[in-house]
Amino acid sequence: MNKKFYIEHLKEGLLTNNPTFVQLLGMCPTLAVTTSVSNSIGMGLSATAVLMFSNLFISLLRKFIPKQVRIAAYIVIISGFVTAIELLLHAFLPSLYASLGLFIPLIVVNCIILARAEAFASKNGPLRSLWDGLAMGLGFTFALILIGSVREILGAGSILGYDLTFGVWQPALLFIMPAGAFITLGCIIAAVTALRRAADARVKAKEKTARVTGKEEE
Amino acid sequence: MEYTKQNDVENGVYDMPEGAPSFPALLTVSPSPHQKTRIHVPRMMIDVLIALLPAYVFGVVWFGLRALLVGVVSVVACIISELVFEKILRRPVTVMDGSAAVTGLLLAMNVPVTIPIPYLVIADIFAIVVVKCLFGGLGKNIVNPALAARVFLFVSFPSAMASFARPAGFLSADAVTGATPLAAIKEAGSIEGIDLLNLLLGKTGGCIGEVSAVLLLLGGLYLLCRRVISWQIPVAYLGTVALIALVFPRANGGLAMVPIELLSGGLMLGALFMATDYATSPVTSVGRLIYGVLCGLVTMFIRYFGAYPEGVSFAILIANLFVYYLDRYTKPTLFGGKKKLLGGGKKL
Repeated sequence: MNKKFYIEHLKEGLLTNNPTFVQLLGMCPTLAVTTSVSNSIGMGLSATAVLMFSNLFISLLRKFIPKQVRIAAYIVIISGFVTAIELLLHAFLPSLYASLGLFIPLIVVNCIILARAEAFASKNGPLRSLWDGLAMGLGFTFALILIGSVREILGAGSILGYDLTFGVWQPALLFIMPAGAFITLGCIIAAVTALRRAADARVKAKEKTARVTGKEEE
Repeated sequence: MEYTKQNDVENGVYDMPEGAPSFPALLTVSPSPHQKTRIHVPRMMIDVLIALLPAYVFGVVWFGLRALLVGVVSVVACIISELVFEKILRRPVTVMDGSAAVTGLLLAMNVPVTIPIPYLVIADIFAIVVVKCLFGGLGKNIVNPALAARVFLFVSFPSAMASFARPAGFLSADAVTGATPLAAIKEAGSIEGIDLLNLLLGKTGGCIGEVSAVLLLLGGLYLLCRRVISWQIPVAYLGTVALIALVFPRANGGLAMVPIELLSGGLMLGALFMATDYATSPVTSVGRLIYGVLCGLVTMFIRYFGAYPEGVSFAILIANLFVYYLDRYTKPTLFGGKKKLLGGGKKL
């Protein structure tokens, strides 16, 4: 097996090709459920589980599904797993189920899942697709936790429910409102893009010096 | 040839005083003849500051010296945050154009005198960094920075923004209630105890700079005479509010509701100084009229049906978002042009 692929792909999902910050997919749950870190973790892990299983099964069935009706077939597979996750959350984590509410069934139409099915799982083997689901899902979870912690700290003055204000400062409610979601997401995407550009520039500069010094010595 | 300020000044394209910022990206290259004026950003900003000053000074006299502290802190915080942002991102420093100072003063005039200073500083940073600089700086912001910061305070710290303490200034021997007239109308549903003369002069509760309607009108007239603002927006805005108050008076106020609605709350400050901000209002006359009517409608809808007693800041922010479309669809036909290009212009 190609070990390098798996490490590279995990890095891609988490950072360089992060589904939220770079591919800008799944904006609806990203903006709606990141009011607290616990919501973010719940949403991220549920989506990751669905993503892994749907990728696996779509990859296994990729030669069987006719090309013309593939999207409908993907949606059927995805919604099957979403229903399973929804029932599991309802049974074992009722408080999380209550706070995520409508956004659990809406995982069915999460663009990340459909995008990975179309772009990756339908063209690759089952093991790689499973790994892709894990990498992208963890990237999504990481992004949600990052946004959720900024919003919870600034907007509610707490993290994972633990009070951080110590009665000294008052949180700005705006950040747990929808407007705060847009401001936070925009700032984080800007920062991530700046970091990626700086990294690209460094790589390019290195290549250039390598080329120049390789040809002539001066 | 590269566009630099030095080249432009040497070639006489425009004359600007030393230290004034140049915006080569916004220059339009057009055939001669060119008419040069002495109007530039710093002079207009100084005019706005002059026009705001009487109402602000009244606020200090009426609410006490803390109002002075709020104003100074707000102006300084705005200037420093713009300076720091531009230094960090290595942008040209534009603090000297005075727009940051105007934003700071407008925000200070839009908060109650009891506002905790840390909140005020956070709002100043929000206004300059998030609303203005992140969108590209002066002239490129899509909403008014001072108003956006006021709404930021309003939704983030509702209790601090709604507590209007009794005025503790130099004139307050008279008994004045803590509640603003609009809050009283909203809660009690009657206009009992509201004195029109006090509303006009500003002997009432409210934010630092919004109380004195007559001094705000004076400042607005000054700006009109100096041609810093045009008449369309304030007239359309105030006219719409007056018309709705005349046709559908609330709180059994009858005809008295027209002056009460016009003089209370932040309407004068909003209609004369906030809605007329260049970057966030339309450039065509028809666009300005529609924009003013839109501001007036939303303001009155919030006053009548909304949860808040006052809706000026939300109304102007909402209208700000329509400015691009208003400009696009009210673009006048070119002389000699055949038909009106509805939305046909590429970019305004």
